[in-house]
Amino acid sequence: MNRFLAPLGIFATMVVLLAVGLTLNPREIPSPFIGKPAPEFSLAELDEKAAPITPEAFRGEVWIMNVWASWCVACQQEHPLLMEMADRNLIKLVGLNYKDKRNDAKKWLQRHGDPYGHIAFDESGDVGIDYGVYGVPETFVIDQDGIVQLKHIGPLTPDDLRDTILPLILTLTGGQS
Amino acid sequence: MIAEIGQFSLILALVFSTLLATLPLIGSLRGVVNLQQLARPVARTQFLLTLIAYICLTLAFLNNDFSVAYVANTSNSHLPLLYKISGVWGGHEGSLLLWTLILATWTMAVSFSKGIPEDMVARVLSVMGMIGFGFLLFTLMTSNPFDRLFPVPPEGRDLNPLLQDVGLAIHPPMLYVGYVGFSVAFAFSVAAMISGRFDAAWARWTRPWTNVAWLFLTIGIALGSWWAYYELGWGGWWFWDPVENASFMPWLIGTALIHSLAATEKRGVFKAWTVLLSVFAFSLSLLGTFLVRSGVLTSVHAFATDPERGLFILIFLTIVVGGSLSLFAWRAPKIVSRVHFNVISREMAILLNNIFLGILCFAVLIGTLYPLVLDALNMGKISVGPPYFDFIFMVIGIPLAAIIGIGTLIRWKKDQIKRINKTVLFSLVLSIAVGFFTPLLMDHYSFGAGLGIATGLFVIVLNITNLGARTSKGKRIKDLLGTPRSFYGMVVAHLGIGIFIIGVTMTNTYSIEKDIRMLPGDVHEIQGYGFGFKGITEVQGPNYRATQGRFDVTRNDKTLTTLRPEKRVYLVQQNPMTEAAIDAGFTRDLYVALGEPLEERNAWAVRVYFKPFIRWIWLGALVMALGGGLAASDKRYRRSKKYARASSPMVRSAVGSVVENNTAPVN
Amino acid sequence: MCKSIITAFLLTISIPFFTLAHGQQEIFEFGTPEQEAIYQTMIKELRCLVCQNQNLADSNAGLAQDLRRKTHEMVVEGKSQGEIAKYMVDRYGEFVLYRPTVSKSTFILWFSPFILLALLIFLSYHFIRKARRRDELFGTPSDEYDEDQLVRVKSLMQDKE
Repeated sequence: MNRFLAPLGIFATMVVLLAVGLTLNPREIPSPFIGKPAPEFSLAELDEKAAPITPEAFRGEVWIMNVWASWCVACQQEHPLLMEMADRNLIKLVGLNYKDKRNDAKKWLQRHGDPYGHIAFDESGDVGIDYGVYGVPETFVIDQDGIVQLKHIGPLTPDDLRDTILPLILTLTGGQS
Repeated sequence: MIAEIGQFSLILALVFSTLLATLPLIGSLRGVVNLQQLARPVARTQFLLTLIAYICLTLAFLNNDFSVAYVANTSNSHLPLLYKISGVWGGHEGSLLLWTLILATWTMAVSFSKGIPEDMVARVLSVMGMIGFGFLLFTLMTSNPFDRLFPVPPEGRDLNPLLQDVGLAIHPPMLYVGYVGFSVAFAFSVAAMISGRFDAAWARWTRPWTNVAWLFLTIGIALGSWWAYYELGWGGWWFWDPVENASFMPWLIGTALIHSLAATEKRGVFKAWTVLLSVFAFSLSLLGTFLVRSGVLTSVHAFATDPERGLFILIFLTIVVGGSLSLFAWRAPKIVSRVHFNVISREMAILLNNIFLGILCFAVLIGTLYPLVLDALNMGKISVGPPYFDFIFMVIGIPLAAIIGIGTLIRWKKDQIKRINKTVLFSLVLSIAVGFFTPLLMDHYSFGAGLGIATGLFVIVLNITNLGARTSKGKRIKDLLGTPRSFYGMVVAHLGIGIFIIGVTMTNTYSIEKDIRMLPGDVHEIQGYGFGFKGITEVQGPNYRATQGRFDVTRNDKTLTTLRPEKRVYLVQQNPMTEAAIDAGFTRDLYVALGEPLEERNAWAVRVYFKPFIRWIWLGALVMALGGGLAASDKRYRRSKKYARASSPMVRSAVGSVVENNTAPVN
Repeated sequence: MCKSIITAFLLTISIPFFTLAHGQQEIFEFGTPEQEAIYQTMIKELRCLVCQNQNLADSNAGLAQDLRRKTHEMVVEGKSQGEIAKYMVDRYGEFVLYRPTVSKSTFILWFSPFILLALLIFLSYHFIRKARRRDELFGTPSDEYDEDQLVRVKSLMQDKE
């Protein structure tokens, strides 16, 4: 065995690793929330009418929390999809209005439509931090026991809805929705 | 028309590089002198053709010829002249052309070397021709800077504002001269492997080239660091960013190479290791260029969107590195180095230096790639940042600094500890005393700062004593004048390390960084300096609008200077840029950067920094580079040309006997 | 690898972070200098998730400002560095730490440089000792670069010049 072959061997291994690494499919950042209870919060509704919103109130049903803001360009991209979900009454849709101004948010909803059953108004962004939000829009699927089942970062696409979110909801609800 | 001339000469350059890569090599293998002699003229022609192509691209920039796609993407008719010239390497295609031009320049420079046997020159130039061929092919196939654009846009998309800066204008050429310079050492090693001849002459020929390449790389990296400091607006000088790491790895290995070459030339040891280092130094340079250029590290996205370039890069790297390592595996067993040195010897010090530098490079590599590897193996996402690298460099760097200091005192082959222990002890006590005393003068005591300063001083003191030890009483000046430049090179470069370590320590420990809210008329005081905010004015630049703040800096009620930081918005690309204002000084920098306007009237967020000894960081790098220059200009290398020119059979046989002795197998 | 893709992706979708959400450069008060030191360390060691490769201290992004505010809150409450780091990791994952925690998966990262260093030093020492012993047994062959020889060659060359 020629010990001078060692550098070549190490290099070959690196090339193989690199090549394998490059062909692997990219994955999302695994959220530390999956399988854990959704963090508690208590926030006023955007329209200030009803009592404060808490995740506790949605116990027993599967719901989606969608983080959005009027300043978020990408939110407009996924908005028609959310509207469609609301029209078809697919699932309970709760908005988390993240770091926004009340008037801006209301105007934005008037223009683009309001798909949300409730909207929690997170002016300071503290709840956003508790949910590890870093790229608006983000979407959480939370089950009957208040456990986070899925976190989606970035705008939802029809494909995401069809391939991941709807099947997940079906499994969670046992096909009753 | 000009673009077509450029395109055509680039194709011709490719043809000539093909000739250069093949004919002289065949000539040297078959012993055909005529073919060997082709190497020099072909190398020079290839250089001229590449130069013409480069000039054509520059002319296209100067003429605002937006029918050339690359010019339309990276220039604008309002761009100042200087940035039109530097804009040539402001994008992928042009910087590749610059790389190719610099390679052709080094190749041409080697073609003028004298005193090296014709067949060796032929092989070296051939190897460089092969690299040139790869780069020219890459340029023409995947990144042609002369591609036309139709319809012709009326205006260009402008140079990235970050690059519209003097520091960054000269940073890439310096870096590239360094990167590419390692190709000479690489070519010499490959040529030596092809011939199977590893003699002292091979190491001596390689040394000055490597020193020069290293000095440019040092300056290039320092310029990049300096630019990041004043342009990015954060006041940091090194971020351990993958792009920075890519340039730092060849530097670490290049530094190891300089030292092992010295041992190879002087003592005939570490030959195989030196060859391997020269292969690594250049491979890492290639990797660095490509990683930065293709964006593999910063964003795999870029790599994936341009699979053609990515694939080419991967294949090219595999051929260059794989090919030379195969050659190494085949030839290295024949390289005989004898290990005839004691544990206490200069050779051992150089060996340790190489091990430590190699480990540092390994740590940078593993730190840069680890997140990618973990992610690829689906083991989670992590970040590896400054805390990791700082830790490793502190733990491994301090003993390395001690080796640097002591190593230069030790004699070749074998030495006694008791010969040097007094000097070492004296320097140790002195540097520890001064080092740990200095923090007392600062606003708070820091043990780490004491340790850092002591380490830096230890290197400095030992190197100065070492120089002093060469002189004897009564004729000190004469002795100093008689000391060869290579020795001064060593001392000066190591002084640079000491200066650098002290600068890093002081800056990292005693920097003060304040984010404050200021109204016009407010004065904020840091370390006895008053920063008085006088207000904001709007300024119009050639291709940007700027909001300029005015700060009067006072000390003891006397006005020292006025600082004018800016926030610029470049008209074409519309991105805001922060231009910090800095009052540079030998022992401290005062740094002001404008943040954002605040909601209340006229109030601004302002970053005010006090950066002690930060200039020492770049000063250290410059002194290191100066040392490299002194070593490269040593008489020994120049005389070798002279006496080889007049080489008589007698000298030949004398040199030959050494060479034979040297290559004769042991045992 | 996909970190970068996501980063690139986020750069495009969260532009409003950079353009709209900032503007509030905070000025914080601390109870003690120690608290300020913890704060300064933490904002340098936590990663701004929406930026290319920046820590919280260097970023103007809205999220970075919020996390700086949160860090300050926790520091003033008397939380330790470890507690703050855990808070961040609970929400954003290990990715947020520039100083990766020592664990099974980062063992190689943290320790391989030192293991390799020790190994190489040991090997070279061993190697030299072995060569010395061989020399002692078989005698030292004449040195390749004998000083005398070099001097002779040099004088020959100088004669010729």
